[in-house]
Amino acid sequence: MTVVSMTRDPDALTLTVVAELAAPPSRVWQVWADPRRLERWWGPPTWPATFVAHDLRVGGGAAYYMTGPDGEKANGWWRFVAVEEPRLIEFEDGFADDAGVPDPAMPTTWAHVELAETAGGTRMTVTSRFASTEQMEQLVAMGMEEGLRAAMAQIDGVLAEG
Amino acid sequence: MVVYLSDTETVDRVFAALADATRRDIVTRVLRDKASVSALAQRYAMSFAAVQKHVAVLERAGLVTKERHGREQLVRGDVDTVRAAVRLLEQYEEIWLDRIGRLEQILAEPTGGDRP
Repeated sequence: MTVVSMTRDPDALTLTVVAELAAPPSRVWQVWADPRRLERWWGPPTWPATFVAHDLRVGGGAAYYMTGPDGEKANGWWRFVAVEEPRLIEFEDGFADDAGVPDPAMPTTWAHVELAETAGGTRMTVTSRFASTEQMEQLVAMGMEEGLRAAMAQIDGVLAEG
Repeated sequence: MVVYLSDTETVDRVFAALADATRRDIVTRVLRDKASVSALAQRYAMSFAAVQKHVAVLERAGLVTKERHGREQLVRGDVDTVRAAVRLLEQYEEIWLDRIGRLEQILAEPTGGDRP
């Protein structure tokens, strides 16, 4: 496993994930910059993400939806705050309504992505910052639903095999 | 055995209950040792009624249970619900672990993720 560390700081409302990746920053940059690559890893297999817009520049945004096992759709948006190829991306990440319009009632997080060149490839540091404890909890609760759904789908798969 | 919090409403209640520092402290205490509301009230700079209210919120979330002991009601932490709440916090981390796992697979492809 190449995840070096995972730090949860409830006071600063941040979660920091550090991973060592066996590819140079220019290639790691591509998995963020190219929507076709991005959608292959952003959503879990049971809730794949489809990016309908992806304008990676300061002030630009992305729009995506995730499709659930029963065909239900969850819409999301990003707004890029900082873009410095190939080492830094900072963006706001929120939920949108069915028409793709940002939903102010839903939690928004800040994501800070740093790519640093190392001897073996790239050290990627992703820091997620939440606006409030309640928001962090709300997102965690949603994350759990996502995780539970993934687990349930696996169980269904095993059952289907007989 | 893994205990899951069964529905969104339960999850909301558990996290709303745990969003407060005093309530988190109460849960930690009564997980170790059951205690009466009056014994708990002595530990905090707030009224008996205020502590009683906190306990009621925790009880509704299923994080503590109350049992009658003579004239007093003893508060006890519910280990299963607390454990389920901890699992929940870990889930957000799991989302990122999964993402990085998938990301690495893409990077491992000879084309760096270009579809054939």
